[in-house]
Amino acid sequence: MDIKDLIVDDRDRGVFRVHRSCMTSADLFRQERERILDRCWIYLGHESEVEAPGDYRRRTVAGRPLFFIRGKDDQIRVFLNSCPHRGAMICRRDAGNAGVLQCFYHAWSFSTDGDLIGVPGEDAYGPHFDRTEFCLKSPPRVDSYRGFHFVSFNPQAEDLVTYLAGARDYLDLVVDQAEEGMRVVPGSNRYTIKANWKLLAENSLDGYHLVPTHRTYVDYIAGFGTDDSGDTVSARPPGVAKALGGGHCVSENISRNGRPIARWHPIFGEEARERIARVRRRLVQKHGEERTYRMADTSRNLLIYPNLLIMDFVAISIRYIEPVAPDRMEVTAWHLVPREESGPALATRLDSYLTFLGPGGFATPDDVEVLESCQAGFRATEAGWSDISRGMLNPCPGTSDELQMRGFWRQWHAHMQGRDRTNVKDR
Amino acid sequence: MSRTGSLRSQVEEFLFREAALLDEWRLDDWLDLFADDARYVVPSTDLPEGDPERDLVFIDDDIIRLRARVDRLNSRHSHRESPRSRTRRFVSNVRVEETGDGELRVSANLLVYRFRSGEGAPYVGAIEYILRRDGRDLKIAYRRAVLDLEDLSWHGAVSIIL
Repeated sequence: MDIKDLIVDDRDRGVFRVHRSCMTSADLFRQERERILDRCWIYLGHESEVEAPGDYRRRTVAGRPLFFIRGKDDQIRVFLNSCPHRGAMICRRDAGNAGVLQCFYHAWSFSTDGDLIGVPGEDAYGPHFDRTEFCLKSPPRVDSYRGFHFVSFNPQAEDLVTYLAGARDYLDLVVDQAEEGMRVVPGSNRYTIKANWKLLAENSLDGYHLVPTHRTYVDYIAGFGTDDSGDTVSARPPGVAKALGGGHCVSENISRNGRPIARWHPIFGEEARERIARVRRRLVQKHGEERTYRMADTSRNLLIYPNLLIMDFVAISIRYIEPVAPDRMEVTAWHLVPREESGPALATRLDSYLTFLGPGGFATPDDVEVLESCQAGFRATEAGWSDISRGMLNPCPGTSDELQMRGFWRQWHAHMQGRDRTNVKDR
Repeated sequence: MSRTGSLRSQVEEFLFREAALLDEWRLDDWLDLFADDARYVVPSTDLPEGDPERDLVFIDDDIIRLRARVDRLNSRHSHRESPRSRTRRFVSNVRVEETGDGELRVSANLLVYRFRSGEGAPYVGAIEYILRRDGRDLKIAYRRAVLDLEDLSWHGAVSIIL
């Protein structure tokens, strides 16, 4: 099938269909690597994960083994995790602190800013041996925005802020909630879903599935006195779904559950009420009523194209999707919290995270199951197409509509056909 | 039998009974083993020493959420376990230590095989308890399952009680 025919996008009739081979074909998966993962900015990690000089973290990003390390000059640098000498991995732990990086194969050693500083028996190499040719290599492009570090394997990639397009405002809306900046708490959730990575990008922004798929979560929260129980899709306030350009998209809801930042809910307990009210007053003072309302009373699921999600509802989760095979993705989730929170405030937030999020939460396991179920269903190849046309004729689409998912797919389709940004008006 | 030996067999008997209740999906009966102030914790795989008050963990249930977890698993809307997986638990290497205040600190090895949808894989780890005497019986005051797995690549979730 020709790539241009993989998506049917008929705005007049309100038809949007994705051919299921997009989730199963090994050829398309290989082309995705070249045309999307090797071209875009891809999330690497958060500045707070390496607080002290010498702190490092190891990651796999778009298939490459990388690590990032804070130097003695406080700069965070990113390196390919492969010795320039013969290829062994320099960094062999997921996290740690190092003054000098030494390869365990021939004991070449490197400074934390990547310079080759030690070669045992160097005199055997002759007079033309040049240490500067063997510095640790960085990905072609490295940049950060407000503590979120990204890499790109495309030397021609536009700058990160331009790339983030309309997603930038939403990142600000998350980061500005903190008085002293954000940090990632220790511990991450790492799990594998035996499904195509794009299904999780979709699912993370899919408001339509919330009530039917996550009924047990809705019931659990209802037990604390939230009027979520018995909701039908049509009875829910619509929220707003937007395509933000460049494949980034967001679904933003009026929150009826708790928001640890500044919206109290019975699930947090009485003792949290005054504390949360204080934070709210502080936010209003600094950001005004309207922006505080957006921070505290609305929640947002933000997709930073192609494979990063910022889930800001019961808590703030950074969710990174590493595509591994057409039918397999590795997910890592971290919990982002305001630095100034500790003690009971932090405990409330950590607890709120676990109600919905994480592989032991009351909802994420259902999503893992449903995506694997879709992937298994795709083996019925005669079925052919998935429908993503909900709300396509709605002039003000809500989060139960699917504009946000179409925004993702349109950018995917453009990239796969070798085009750059989508510039057509989304609908 | 030595005093330690008889204490250990009492604890083992308790743990084996608990394991059977879980494998038989008798979750309401299992919940009855818990004290009202109990806590059930599963740390993240990359931070086995994780503290739910400071760190990101997989599970940190008080009795209210544990009851909700059981309700969820009993319902047909807990999709990862509906239909239910088959599990078989092996609890071994049991060690018991009496604390001064009448509680027992218990540690054991845990191996749970889980089979579903044509696949099977183990959860492997250690399990720690604080057990409290309740008349002639014991109650669970604290239960912590620490996985040795490096990530959840086999299971995708912690969808059963570990």
